[in-house]
Amino acid sequence: MREELLAVIEKNSRIDLKELAVILGVEEIDVVNELAALEAEGVICGYHTLINWEKTSIEKVSALIEVRVTPQRGQGFDSIAERIYKYPEVRSVYLMSGGYDLMVILEGKSLREVSSFVSDKLSTLDTVLSTATHFILKKYKDHGTAFSQQKEDEREIITP
Amino acid sequence: MRNPLADKVVEIKPSGIRKFFDIVSEMQDAISLGVGEPDFDTPWHIRDEGIYSLEKGRTFYTSNAGLKELRQEICNYMLRKQNITYNPLTEVLITVGGSEAIDIGLRAMINPGDEVLIPQPSYVSYEPCAVLAGATPVIIDLKAENEFRLTAQELEEAITDKTKVLILPFPNNPTGAIMEKKDLEAIAEVILKHDIFVMSDEIYAELTYKDKHVSIASLPGMQERTIVINGFSKAYAMTGWRLGYACGPANIIQQMTKIHQFAIMCAPTTSQYAAVEALKNGDDDIAEMRTAYNQRRRFLMNAFREMGLECFEPYGAFYVFPCIKEFGMTSDEFATRFLEEEKVAAVPGTAFGDCGEGYLRISYAYSLEKLKIAMERMQRFVEKLRAERTV
Repeated sequence: MREELLAVIEKNSRIDLKELAVILGVEEIDVVNELAALEAEGVICGYHTLINWEKTSIEKVSALIEVRVTPQRGQGFDSIAERIYKYPEVRSVYLMSGGYDLMVILEGKSLREVSSFVSDKLSTLDTVLSTATHFILKKYKDHGTAFSQQKEDEREIITP
Repeated sequence: MRNPLADKVVEIKPSGIRKFFDIVSEMQDAISLGVGEPDFDTPWHIRDEGIYSLEKGRTFYTSNAGLKELRQEICNYMLRKQNITYNPLTEVLITVGGSEAIDIGLRAMINPGDEVLIPQPSYVSYEPCAVLAGATPVIIDLKAENEFRLTAQELEEAITDKTKVLILPFPNNPTGAIMEKKDLEAIAEVILKHDIFVMSDEIYAELTYKDKHVSIASLPGMQERTIVINGFSKAYAMTGWRLGYACGPANIIQQMTKIHQFAIMCAPTTSQYAAVEALKNGDDDIAEMRTAYNQRRRFLMNAFREMGLECFEPYGAFYVFPCIKEFGMTSDEFATRFLEEEKVAAVPGTAFGDCGEGYLRISYAYSLEKLKIAMERMQRFVEKLRAERTV
């Protein structure tokens, strides 16, 4: 049940427990226990909402920053990653294979706010060798969900 | 002027589904639960392969029987899933949907006066195709108390000296019934005893929610007397691609290929290339869709339980077949009122044979959100009807 449960709530974390139990074919109490276990184990880390900010009047600027760093003896990339992810404006930090080390996804109110974070805070860290900042111009799809209009049901209304 | 029409064709009743179609089309915000095709789009990698084949200019006819590569993949699939070995060169034919395979399969096997056994409720095409092929259709009424499975006794009682072919439509549209291995073994004995042939329509084979589907052709002695019909529409959400296939004994496939060659030439080339990709890399897509259908199936069964509506638990296809006999009206009346008063379209069981009277086919090829609204309306409707009856 665990895998199917996670697949369902990954797409809809607001589904109510009773309905969840029905569609998974288990008792409600089992769902409650499993969710509690998944939270305790740190498998479920939160129940977020996917927002298309472009449709609101709130201005937000996102950027992907490629960061090359010098790994530290005994700690690899972990401590420098932690140093970076502690900033609240940093949304995500990933260790990458390929041409750079860390991918930092940043969200700020304006271009200036993002650039000043990069120049004042990120680049000045001792272990950071270089950065390359890419601003996101438009989000088409996020977390597996396309932001465009939902497609109408184009099937014939009744078919044998 | 003389009558230009063939009596045999004129006498065929049009599908009973049409009437509802006309009413729903004119209705605002009606919800339809009447669709017999998946709500998913064809998985992107399969569509991409179709697009790529067009880009490459693969726009010619294929061989009559279909792309060799596709026939080979179908054989791999039948071996992988059913443990049946077919020869891709002589025992597989690619058709325009499973429906074409039903039509030409019957035409290849029937002599005038032969009887074709058709268990009902079942898909609307078997009976007219049998009639057009010159057969006498013999209907076997499946029963709710058997969960709409075909029993050996029912089969035995329907067989005469003229019986030639049994159509075996499982997993079943419209009931959602399946035949498990033990059920198949029981009827296989009767089939062998009377030396008849089977046309096993397994178009919903991938959509079962209990054990994996078992093909009757995998039972001892059955492969040589069974035409297995399958296709890409339901498993891979590819209805509009119009692609199906038949696997069976070389002598029958050879004659079917002859009809197909003269009537159709070959199945659509683009679809065939896309289908190769589906068979090679589509198992995960099927699993994902099956999981979603199963969740909806459980949701509907629970909804019926809560409204106290009798319904056997179906383990196949994407239909449930609740019983509405308690309301003392025909399926047609129920479906018409349901549509007019609650704006929900479901198909009366009688569209799939007279013995579907008292039942309703509800499709769950819809999102849970939509099903939820539909079940709220159904609950309200059912309560209203019960109140009417107690007055």
